[in-house]
Amino acid sequence: MDITRRRLLLLLPSAAVAWKFVQAGTPEAAPNYKTSEHWWGMLIDITECIGCGSCVRACAAENDVPDGFYRTWVERYHVTDYEIERPQVDSPDGGKEGFPLNQDASGKNFFVPKLCNHCADSPCTQVCPVGATFVSPDGVVLVDKSYCLGCRYCVQACPYGCRFINPKTNTAEKCTLCYHRITKGLTTACAEVCPTGARQLADLKNPKDPIHEFLRTHSVQVLKPHMATGAKVFYNGMDGSVR
Amino acid sequence: MQIPVEGFMYPNEVELQWSVLIVLYPFITGLVAGAFILASLERVFRVEAVKPTYRLALLTALAFLLVAPLPLQLHLGHPERSFEMYLTPHRSSAMAMFGFVYLWYLMAVLLLEIWLDYRKDIVRKSQSSSALSRLFYKVLTLGSNNVSARSLMIDERLGYFITLVGIPSAFLLHGYVGFIFGSVKANPWWSSPLMPIVFIFSAMVSGIAAVMLLYMLTTRLRGRTIDIRCLDKIAQYLLYTFVIDFSLEMLDLIQRIYEADESFRSLDFMVHSRLWTSQVIVQILMGTVTPIALLGLTQFVRFSETVRKRIYALAGCLTVIGIFAMRWNVVIGGQLFSKSFLGYTTYKMGFATREGLLTAIVLMILPFIILWVLVKVLPPWTESESISASAAHGTT
Repeated sequence: MDITRRRLLLLLPSAAVAWKFVQAGTPEAAPNYKTSEHWWGMLIDITECIGCGSCVRACAAENDVPDGFYRTWVERYHVTDYEIERPQVDSPDGGKEGFPLNQDASGKNFFVPKLCNHCADSPCTQVCPVGATFVSPDGVVLVDKSYCLGCRYCVQACPYGCRFINPKTNTAEKCTLCYHRITKGLTTACAEVCPTGARQLADLKNPKDPIHEFLRTHSVQVLKPHMATGAKVFYNGMDGSVR
Repeated sequence: MQIPVEGFMYPNEVELQWSVLIVLYPFITGLVAGAFILASLERVFRVEAVKPTYRLALLTALAFLLVAPLPLQLHLGHPERSFEMYLTPHRSSAMAMFGFVYLWYLMAVLLLEIWLDYRKDIVRKSQSSSALSRLFYKVLTLGSNNVSARSLMIDERLGYFITLVGIPSAFLLHGYVGFIFGSVKANPWWSSPLMPIVFIFSAMVSGIAAVMLLYMLTTRLRGRTIDIRCLDKIAQYLLYTFVIDFSLEMLDLIQRIYEADESFRSLDFMVHSRLWTSQVIVQILMGTVTPIALLGLTQFVRFSETVRKRIYALAGCLTVIGIFAMRWNVVIGGQLFSKSFLGYTTYKMGFATREGLLTAIVLMILPFIILWVLVKVLPPWTESESISASAAHGTT
């Protein structure tokens, strides 16, 4: 084919787009790990959480989370009778150092660990203008920080408040479900250190995973089900007051 | 910097994500869309009375459109990557379309329409001005020097067609900005199918008011007499559009109050506390009800020309302030409450920071500087126009 100036001009934009895809490369692969064989989520047993904050500390250390921001955090709920719609909630420093004693003996207290829900139909990935945030084939919502514009639309779109802008990188950041660990056969840092086993990594595609037995025998919920995000963090023993 | 929080916010929510610059973005694009729609009144709907503002409206739209992407660029964590939106746009993202909508509007609508409308003047100037300016205008002719009657007729027809395309494009530009907010289901303050429609009508309101004020100001600065027939007509259109806009906003409000869903108590408290001044006082009472009442009054009472001009000037200023407050309340208000509906945060605006007040002020002054340059390069009026207008109404 003769390359005329006209043809060259027509080819250049397509070549530029193609080059961007080449540059984007392929994700880091772990040996023997097949993304198609997994579908990750997490089980959180509220009845087991003691609000010690180990998970928050472990996450911050494992993922170099900047101070004042949280990939995971723990909330303490205090619900009195007839006030199910107006619970008192606190989370000092994301519950990183645990919680001060609550002197109020009325009602009930419980802890709710929070993290990205790794939604199958995640609103955050939907709104990203360049596709820098995406759902991996194994069901984990990730951010490519080398591509993120830092427009913050995803932060606005997350109904759960799980995203933030990392002040060091100026890009969106969130829980990766310790993707660098789980693809190597390990569990997440938060689940690893939880002293009561309140957090359990769950592989919904693995028939041998105990999550299946647990989901069959317990009443579990996801946060804000009306948002229809396909959240994959399942809560056992969750009170109706939890937001 | 400690940000005051009331109640409980999710820990990552305390700091606001979108600053005053994102308030400017819908405000500026609204002025663009509104100014263009005013211009199209003359071109497409043959409202001859508003002819004196036609070119000024187009130049105003262009001046503001050139500034529209700047607040977004300044806001991005990585502005150097913004071009990725053109190369690898994420098709499911409302925001990804901004670049395309913007370029379409700038290149295919506004620039083309202005060029066609001014072509005759440009060709004339490319032949008669001093050497340097001759060269400048020669470049602007883009090599098209034919100003025969037939050629000008083609310009006219093409310009008409572009304006026809431009009207839905203007609606698209601002309706799309409304959709960016209205489609965020996580945020009940934003999530509403009415949002794009409200944005379109408020855009028309702000654009019409801004061009009306600019017309009054520029005419006065030039020492000419304002064409009161034109002003009356613009004020009339402003009133009609404003009534529709206000009705839509009230419809949204009434629906929210009546439905009183899970977010209502939280949002209601916010309106009665943090947004009381900016929403109830500035936006609704001062920026909407007052100008509507003032403009309405001029329809029922026969005031003298001088009084009418003063009323229009006051109503126009209040309108622009009111629409700015509306953008503020949407963007900032939508981030002041927690998505847990259990608490509220505070917006702390910096001053001389990248997203601070000073930057916002500079960004708001910039379109006026651009407009001044545009008016110098492409004067929107001819001497005969102003004299004939004045003579026609016997007001010289």
